[in-house]
Amino acid sequence: MFRNVAELIEIAQSSNKKISEIMIEQEMEFTGRTREEIFEQMDKNLTIMEQAVERGLEGVRSVSGLTGGDAVLLQKYIEKGNFLTGKNILDAVSKAVATNEVNAAMGTICATPTAGSAGVVPGTLFAVKNVLNPTREEMINFLFTSGAFGFVVANNASISGAAGGCQAEVGSASGMAAAAIVEMAGGTPDQCAQAMAITLKNMLGLVCDPVAGLVEVPCVKRNAMGAANAMVAADMALAGITSTIPCDEVIDAMYKIGQTMPTALKETAQGGLAATPTGRELEAKIFGVPLQKGD
Amino acid sequence: MKYKSVFDIIGPIMIGPSSSHTAGAARIGRVARSLFGRQPKWANISFYGSFAKTYKGHGTDVAVVGGLLDFDTYDERIKTSLQIADSLGVAISFHEEDAITDHPNTAKVVIGDDDGELELVGISIGGGKIEITELNGFVLKLSGNHPALLVVHDDRYGAIAGVANVLAKFAINIGHMEVSRKEKGQKALMTIEVDQNIDDAVIQELTALPNITQVTKIVD
Repeated sequence: MFRNVAELIEIAQSSNKKISEIMIEQEMEFTGRTREEIFEQMDKNLTIMEQAVERGLEGVRSVSGLTGGDAVLLQKYIEKGNFLTGKNILDAVSKAVATNEVNAAMGTICATPTAGSAGVVPGTLFAVKNVLNPTREEMINFLFTSGAFGFVVANNASISGAAGGCQAEVGSASGMAAAAIVEMAGGTPDQCAQAMAITLKNMLGLVCDPVAGLVEVPCVKRNAMGAANAMVAADMALAGITSTIPCDEVIDAMYKIGQTMPTALKETAQGGLAATPTGRELEAKIFGVPLQKGD
Repeated sequence: MKYKSVFDIIGPIMIGPSSSHTAGAARIGRVARSLFGRQPKWANISFYGSFAKTYKGHGTDVAVVGGLLDFDTYDERIKTSLQIADSLGVAISFHEEDAITDHPNTAKVVIGDDDGELELVGISIGGGKIEITELNGFVLKLSGNHPALLVVHDDRYGAIAGVANVLAKFAINIGHMEVSRKEKGQKALMTIEVDQNIDDAVIQELTALPNITQVTKIVD
């Protein structure tokens, strides 16, 4: 069982296998289940992700009314063709947003690694799909590669906003996605790790400050930027750029930052954007009364 | 290592919006239900830490109750679980606690009916994964990811060996085991996580052993 990214890369390199394959083999060993059974379960997760993206792109609205409809706006904007960044990036962003809008509306999603960060991995996957034309199996492998990196973060740091801030949720998701994009694009296991490191580095310190305690503002837009971050970092790694700080050390730094982060900025809706005048106003409006949370 | 399966990271399939607050909470409720063995008539649910601060927005309340009604994390009925509980005559009350707990996402579920009560404390550690930390005052560690047996017994020599022998006879492998007792010679609890499901014949044989009071299984 690999315990960190260095071991994961070492196993992949010495056996000349992809990261996804190492994750599948470990899952088979741990659960005693067959490759087919494991693939079937991941296939189901992929289907749920696909359905959530489709639903979000049709347009959803959350119960609170705080979020919804942005994925549609972005798709219409892409169609006009006058964008400044790039079609693939915006496609990934819109699909990440779509997923999280469905999540905010209490729709069915697949947590990757959490529900609040569920948009990044599928958002980038379904955008990259249009560029690389992967097989279904390669798409499922994308999820195993993401899972392998998420596995390391979860066991050595945290994937929970309440424990580690949003860096642990959207940050982890973005790093996982970046690594998986690199593998799907034909990069090496080491390039996957570099992409993960570059991505997570740029998410460090990200606080979890949901307005009214809802997984909506700023969560949906953080998934958007997480997807963009992953796409850019993947391109950087594929270009041969490396992270000066090794991936495992970045993960460790993230863990320590999470530990020293005040509780008010870890999913309690006591600080950050949740404690802004507008944040408080929305909270009072949604729940009928101010929740009287101390700042 | 807290997370052992890739599906702890990619998954679960669930109703939004929060894996910790919604999916994890549903799982805590469902473990309580499973241990109780039947639908309770009433439930007092206490939220601590981040759960206490934000449960309304995260649907933590409907999720725990969904779990108590035996709904899985992806069951659409979670959204209307409070109404469903009401129509089934299950009285629910919620309490926001100020006490500082070891984990920021902690819930205490006390459920009961005319025949008995059960008190369970669970934590939601992220990504929908939970740990049960307390049952009826016993401190324990239960991942919720494997089939598990809870054996209430008298604190006597041979009680643990007897249980282990029965499991060995049925070729059931123990993955994790803990024993806790309130006082020497008094009531004690064995928490046993196993690799495969346990059928009723095993439960019957375990229940028949000397010094064993109650055997409950939690099916994966």
